[in-house]
This record gives sequence, C-alpha cells and structure tokens, in this order.
Amino acid sequence: MVEESGAKEASRPDIVMQSRQSADAKLSCRGLWKLFGDDAERFLARCDGHPSAEQIAGAGYIGAVRDANLDVHDGEVFVIMGLSGSGKSTIVRCLSRLVEPTGGELLFEGEDLLAADEKQLTEIRRHKMGMVFQHFALLPHLSVLGNVAFPLEIQGVDRATRERRAMEVIELVGLEGRETYFPRELSGGQQQRVGIARSLAVEPDVWFLDEPFSALDPLIRREMQDEFLRLQRVLHKTIVFITHDFDEAIRLADRIAIMKAGEIVQIGSPEELVTNPATQYVAEFTRDVDRSKVLSVRSVTTQAEDIGEVAGEVKADERIGEVAHRVVNADRPFAVMDETGRVIGRLEKNAVLDVLAPHGSRDVAAQ
Amino acid sequence: MTALTGVETRPAVVRRPTVLLWALTLAVLLALWFAGARMEWLAHYPDEWVLPLRDWVSEAMEWLVKEATFGLFTFKEFTRGIAWLLNVPLQACLVLLAHGLEVPLGEESSILIPPLSWLGVLGGVTWLAWRVGSRGLAILVGTCFAYLAVFGQWNSAMVTLSSILVAVPVGIVCGGLLGILGYRSHAFERAITPVLDLMQTVPVFAYLVPVLFLFGFGPVSAMIATIIYAMPPMVRMTMLALRGVSAEVLEFGRMAGCSERQMLWKVLLPSARHSLMVGVNQVIMLSLNMVIIASMIGAGGLGHDVLTSLRRLAIGDGLEAGVAITVLAISLDRLSQAVANRGATPVHLQTEQGFADRHTTLLGIAGILLGTYVLAFFIPALRSYPDQLVIDTGPLFENLVAWVNVHLYIYLDAVKSWLLINLLIPFKRLLIDAPWPGVAVVLAMAGWRIGGWRLGALVASLAIFIAVTGNWEKAMVSAYLCGISVVLAMAIGLPIGILAAGSERFHRIAQNIADTLQTLPSFVYLIPVVMLFQVGDFSAMVAITAYAVAPAIRYTDHGLRGVPGEVIEAAKMSGCRRGQLLWKVKVPLAMPEIMLGVNQTIMMALSMLVITALVGTRDLGQEVYIALTRADTGLGLVAGVCVAFLAIIADRLIGAWAARRKRELGLD
Ligand SMILES: Nc1ncnc2c1ncn2[C@@H]1O[C@H](COP(=O)(O)OP(=O)(O)O)[C@@H](O)[C@H]1O
Ligand SMILES: [Mg+2]
Repeated sequence: MVEESGAKEASRPDIVMQSRQSADAKLSCRGLWKLFGDDAERFLARCDGHPSAEQIAGAGYIGAVRDANLDVHDGEVFVIMGLSGSGKSTIVRCLSRLVEPTGGELLFEGEDLLAADEKQLTEIRRHKMGMVFQHFALLPHLSVLGNVAFPLEIQGVDRATRERRAMEVIELVGLEGRETYFPRELSGGQQQRVGIARSLAVEPDVWFLDEPFSALDPLIRREMQDEFLRLQRVLHKTIVFITHDFDEAIRLADRIAIMKAGEIVQIGSPEELVTNPATQYVAEFTRDVDRSKVLSVRSVTTQAEDIGEVAGEVKADERIGEVAHRVVNADRPFAVMDETGRVIGRLEKNAVLDVLAPHGSRDVAAQ
Repeated sequence: MTALTGVETRPAVVRRPTVLLWALTLAVLLALWFAGARMEWLAHYPDEWVLPLRDWVSEAMEWLVKEATFGLFTFKEFTRGIAWLLNVPLQACLVLLAHGLEVPLGEESSILIPPLSWLGVLGGVTWLAWRVGSRGLAILVGTCFAYLAVFGQWNSAMVTLSSILVAVPVGIVCGGLLGILGYRSHAFERAITPVLDLMQTVPVFAYLVPVLFLFGFGPVSAMIATIIYAMPPMVRMTMLALRGVSAEVLEFGRMAGCSERQMLWKVLLPSARHSLMVGVNQVIMLSLNMVIIASMIGAGGLGHDVLTSLRRLAIGDGLEAGVAITVLAISLDRLSQAVANRGATPVHLQTEQGFADRHTTLLGIAGILLGTYVLAFFIPALRSYPDQLVIDTGPLFENLVAWVNVHLYIYLDAVKSWLLINLLIPFKRLLIDAPWPGVAVVLAMAGWRIGGWRLGALVASLAIFIAVTGNWEKAMVSAYLCGISVVLAMAIGLPIGILAAGSERFHRIAQNIADTLQTLPSFVYLIPVVMLFQVGDFSAMVAITAYAVAPAIRYTDHGLRGVPGEVIEAAKMSGCRRGQLLWKVKVPLAMPEIMLGVNQTIMMALSMLVITALVGTRDLGQEVYIALTRADTGLGLVAGVCVAFLAIIADRLIGAWAARRKRELGLD
C-alpha cells in the first residue's frame, strides 16, 4: 500500500498510454471503433467520431468496440478480459482486420495496418499472425498432421518441408503419436492442442487466442493454462489472449485490459488492477482474487534506509504467496532486495498476514 | 406449464373477431354460391374470358427454336450442342454396360467389342458395397443385382443405370456450381430461390414438355429432363451446407491467408461435405425417379418396359420391371448413403500405407471387371446371363392377376363402388360446383388471418391465375383427388406415427417402411393399383395415398418425439393418464411439426397426382400428359404451373400456420 498514489496513476489507461511510446509496441490501436449496423462510418462521422452510448443505441447501432486504445508490447502476454458480449472477440478481430474497424488507427510493427490492401494483408496473416479459436475450428477432413500443416500448404510450401515443420510443432504441444488421428477422434483438450500447433506452424510474430480454453472442462483448462505458460517460456511470442475468466487472466497475463460494453475500462498488470481498481466494476472482479498470488513483495514493503535486524532476505518482485511461509514463521522481518541486489526496505510479518487474511475477513472472524 | 395452458385457452377477445370474420366469409361464399345459379360466370369461369396464355407460351417457344439467336450461334445450335455434349458420356456408358461397340472392318464384316461381363459388374458393385459399407450391405447389393440378371432385366437395367451414371455427376456439378454462386452472392440467391421453389413444385411431366420440344425425342432429352429435375435440391443443399460452415472455420481460413479459390476448395467444401452428401443422395434418388418417368420422351430401359406394359395392361411384365426399378433404387440409395457416412467419419490409419492399400476399392473393382471381361472370351455364360437360366415370372404374375380378378373382384369392386358413390363423387361435385370467386375469397381470408395481408393477396392471386388461364375446373378435380388422398394418408400415417413415437421397436419398423416407400419411384405404385382396381379416380386415389403416406408417418413420429421431456414429466406429475398425456400435451405441442408433415404429404400427393394421369384421371395432370403426347409446350407449361400454384397455396398457408404456432408454443 506504500506505492498507492503511484500505482493509481499508472493504472489509469490514458496515462499508461502516454507513458509508453507506441514505437516499442508490436501492435497498437488508437481511438478504435467498431459499430455494427448499416452505414456505420457515416454515423460515426456525423457524431464527430465520438458518439455517446445513448446516441449509438438510439440510432440502432451496436457499439461492439468504443474508442479503444491499447499497445501490445514485444514478447508480452496481453489479456483482454470482459463478460460475454463486451466486445472482446470483436476487438481482437479488428486487430487482425478479420472485422473491418469503423474508425480509428491500427499500427502493426509501426506500420498502418488499415492502409494495407487485401494482398498485403494476406501476406501479413500468412507469415506474421496466428490465431486460436474458442471452438477449435479444425478442418474435419484432415488428420492432425494435415491440419497443422494446412497454413503452410496454403502458402505453397512443399509437402516434405511442411510435414517436417508440422511434426516439430505437434511434438512441441505434446501430440506426437497422434498425427494420423482425425479431429473427431480427439478429446476437446487434444483438439485445442492441434489448434495451438496449427497456429504456431508458421512461426507468427503475433499470436491471437480468442477464449482458447473456455470450451474445456475446468481440470483440462487448468492443464492447458500450464501448457500455455510453458510454451510461452520457450517461445516468447507477442500474445493477445481473450478470456472471460478473471482467474485465468491473472494466471497468464503480463498486462490485462478490462472491457465493459465495448469500452476498455482499465489496463494494467494484475497487481495494479487488484491494488488500484479504476472503477467499482473492476473492483467487483478483483474482490475474490487470492491477493497473495497477485501482489508482489514490493507492494507491501516498508521502505527504510536502516532495516535493523532481519531473519533473511526476499526479492522485491516475488509474489507474497511464495514467501509467506518463511516470513510468517520467522520472528523477525525480512530484508527486501531489488533486481540489482540493493536493499530497499523490510517485509513485516503483519503486512504479509494482512494480504493473506484481509481486514474484512478478519473482522468477520473476530465477531 | 405456461405452454400447456396456452394451448387450452385463448383469450376470448382474440377469438371473437376471428369467429365473426369466418362467419362473414362463409356467408359471402354461400351468397356467391346461390347467385351462381343466376349468374353463370360465378359458377363457371367463362371461356371467352380466358387469357390465351398457353398460346403465347407456345408462340414464344416456337420463336425460340426457329428464330432466336445469340449472335454467334442460334438457339437451336445451342441446344444441339448441349445434346451432343451429353451424348458422348452416355454412349460411352451404354457401350460399356449394355451394348458393346461395333467396329466396322472393311465393307462387309464388322467386329463387336462386347460390353462388360454381367458377373463382373455384379462382383464390382458388391465389392464396392463391402468396402464402403458392411458385409450386410454387400449381400443386399449383390442380391439386388443378381435379381436383375436372374429375372431377365439386366439389359434394361444397365440402360437405366447408364443414364443415371451420366445424369447424376452432371446434376451434382451443375447444382453445386449454382449453389456456390448463390452462396457467394445474395442477389443471385434471392433470384434463384423462387425459381427453385417453382421447380420443385411443378409436376415432373411439365418438365418433359419443353424438353421434348427443344431437344426432341430420345435418351439424351430424357437425360436432360432428368438433370433439370434432380438439380434443385443440390443447389439448395449446397447453399445450406456452405452457410452451415461455422464462422470460426471461415475466420481460420482467412487468418491462414487463403485465396478465394483455396477458401472454397480447401476449407468450405470439405467442411461442408457431410451436408453436401445429403444433396448428392437426393440427386441420385430424384434422377432415378425421373429417368423412369422420362421414358415417355425416350429414355428406354426399365421405365420404358413399365410404361409399355402399363399401356398394354400387361401387369405381369410391368411388375417385373417395377421390382427391378425398386431393387436398383434401393441398392443405389444404400450405396450412396454408405459412401456419405463413411466420408463423414474418417478414421485414422494405424500404419503407413502404400498406393495399393490406399486404393484397394478401386483396384479391386478394376481387377474384377478386367478379370471377368477376359474370362468371358472363354466362357460365354459370363458375357451375358444365359437365356435358359432366366426365370420368367410374367406368367406367375399373370396368374396372380387372374386369380385376384376371379376371387377378389366382387369385394374390391364393392368397396370401390361404395367409396366412389358415397365419398369421392359427392366431394368432387362439391368442389366443382363451388363458385370460383368464393373460393378465392375464402383462401384470401385464410391467408390474411394466418400470415397477414401479403399472404392473403398471394394465395388469392394464385387462385385467380388458375381461373384466368381457364384451368379452374381441372384444378378442382386435382384438389379433390389430392385432398381425399391426403386425408386418407393422414388417417393411416397419424396412428402409425403415434405408435412409432411410443415404442422403439415400432419406431424402427415404421422408419424402414417409410424409407422403402420413399425409395420407390412413383411409377412403380401404379402397377399393383391397376392390377387390383383397374383404371380411374379410385386407383389414382389409392396410388397417391400410398405414395404420400411416408411423410405423414415420419413427421408425426418426429414431432411427438421432439416434445420436451420436462413438459412430459410435468404433465405426469400433475396426474395425466396416458391418453390425456397424448391428446392434451403431446399432440398439441407436436401439432406444428405434424402440420409440416401434412404439408409434405400434400406436396408428394400433387407430384403423384400427375403421374396418375396414366391411369385415366381427368384433372390438370391429364392436361400435362396430353400436352406431352402432342408436344404442346403452352398447354403443358401452363397446366404444370397451375399444379405448382396449387402446391404453393397449400405450402404457404400450412407453412405460415406451423411457423406461427411454433413461435406461440416457444418451440423454436
Ligand atoms: N457480426 C455482428 N453483427 C452484429 N452484431 C455483432 C456482430 N458480432 C458481434 N456483435 C455484437 O457485438 C457485441 C460484442 O460481441 P463480441 O465481440 O462477440 O463479444 P464477446 O466476444 O466479448 O463475447 C455483442 O453485443 C454482439 O451481439
Ligand atoms: Mg467472444
């Protein structure tokens, strides 16, 4: 809670935008709009590019994405989270121009993506983008091998090369031995592994995943999340990941954008969202989150030059849950060190206990 | 439970104006009826008012054939070109399967290259059935083809099969292409849908007339008629199947960077192939049905045999050929379904496979055909099935017919006369005497109440079109025959459907009966009917009823099975007895589906109606048939369109009612 004011600043979307230069963003959009309905461009222009929610509804349009600004940085997992119908699928499809935005700017690797013609777009999609779908979208007539090699086949890669490459990714997702199976013969989790392998076959720069695990059973979903984290540790892709599940978002994300009714309400790291929800709406999501898994040691460090006697030392960017056991069982505070090994303060037992059992619940327990 | 109460009681406010309106309509009808006694034009549409539409159509066709030109070539050259193009593969099939090829050697002598061995063909299809289906299918198909050989139907059957082998692929490709166009362009779809609607309701004979006029008499024109007739479902199924491909799969295709062509061939068509195969099966069945009917314009083969024996009233020969058609239809139907199902569920292969392994089916067929072909040079019995081994059932059937005539005639005739005097003739009189403007008013009223003023205007103007083109009375005869047959078909089909919905065992039996009835080409129904009841309205009614009963069974069964389980449980918990459950809960909820069954039954009845012209009815079907024998395109097309309009009136009214009811019951 020490950095409270600073974190609040950083979590306001407009400030996040300005503080990060879009030059180092892989993919970014500015003032992006998508309205469904006839002649939406004209309507948008009539309203000076900024219709209110009432104007949109009144004119009979659906405001699927409204004035969205975001930057996805190289190598990060950027999660877009929101309830069903909040516009997540639409925004991610705007980013790949599967859906044509009604207005706004779209930059991919610093180039204006909206200026690309159909041919350039096809080239970009063939070589630089991959997408995983909620319901897998596998081709039923092709085997696992055929499905994974499909994007390469479309590019005209010869059979031997594309099958060799496909086998590599099939092994990467742990499906070796199943390459002659057809989608129908696989479980949901296995089918999505095929979907993942297929989208990775072309070694995309940007990887879109639209609710990839939502159609799976909870246990399998968990397993696939672990698998996803393992892959990302190996691959370091730039990822836009869609989910309606806040826990999933927190597990996987470097940064999260929360959407509501077509608007991005807040963008920030899981920790920023939990410590400084921008609105009541975000606070609702974060309330039941296990804070010890989200908050870092840094966020509850008591800053001091002289830290006195300590029981040991912890790193500032460790999660509290990871160090809690040691801190709670020691009779003295711990020293907190930053990345460079410099001591920045101490970690008190009470601060950790506060996170493990927040005030509210302790009050209830006391009554 | 809200659905249940909704069925039982409607607010009285809604009810009263409806009752009043109907009372008013009825009063108008009766008034017109009585006025008809004074004013002749009310009772009978006056001849001098008839629009000479048929003459105009005939003249237009005349112009098309004699004078129309596309600049580079004339219309006539165009039709000739198409005929020539289709004749090449047809002749090739005929040479292979039926006739062989005569190659002239010098002046006098010539050498005959024989067709494929009958045993080879039999073995080939059996092998195919075994590979794509099961041992059971192989036995079925093998037995069917063996029947053709043993009972002396082989040559005719091969001629029919040749037409099918050419017509089906052409129909599939053309239908598929049109379907793809419709999928790509909404404008094209909107343009083609009403045409398809009309094509599927115009009776089959009506196709034959213009084709006969444009392409002449012969196997190729018969095949063209077959293709045109069998294509519409393929067009429809293709559009439906492609639209059914999930949005995600399409998006995947775009993300993978597919070009338009890659998208179509590598993503869309393969993903939709299961639904597409349903269309293919439809094309096969319709082609088979049509190629028989097309014997009237020279298709030859089995249809020709049936037709000539019907004309000679040689029931025995007709039955033999009829069974042969049935047998051929059943084997082709089951074969194509097996192929469709196999294609739908691919199974992974355990090991790496070589060329021979991957193409066992084709290599096997080629081997069998070639082997028997060569062997046949040494063993003539393999070339064509030996005549002395042919079993001729003709006399047997003749005896059967004779026996029926001697022993059953009195009873059959008594039933027939009683029904004719007490039911058929009075009903016919009623419809013919009804004043045509009155009927139009009733239809308009029904349309308006069910589906709004557009529907009312549509059905009324269709009815008036029938009157204006001078076909009113004939149309009423059609309506009477069709109406009585549909009532009968429902009276038979409804109880069977209810039984089938109640028990699994009965369900399977009913399913099989319905399947078989629908596989039989319509021609076949005429044979036993004529055998038992001679020609006339009564025979027509029996044939139509038998042909149209299948959808009545199917839809009733399906509708009752579709009633949500929770509703049934709720009804049981509130203490319904079995009978109450059926009549108070299940039937009302299944009613929209059952009505769609009635609708289908009417469509089937109308398509059969025209064919019963062969057994001497006096209705629109007869008009079309006469037009065919005189190659009078105007008469044929106009009468055909009138039948189609009857069908469309029934279809729109019932369809709108069922859709509204479904919405009200929340079953969508
Ligand atoms: N093609 C479309 N036409 C009209 N409305 C659409 C279309 N696609 C999505 N919408 C609407 O846009 C809104 C956002 O949809 P979507 O992006 O699919 O939400 P999410 O993926 O978050 O569930 C919803 O109200 C949806 O009904
Ligand atoms: Mg979505």
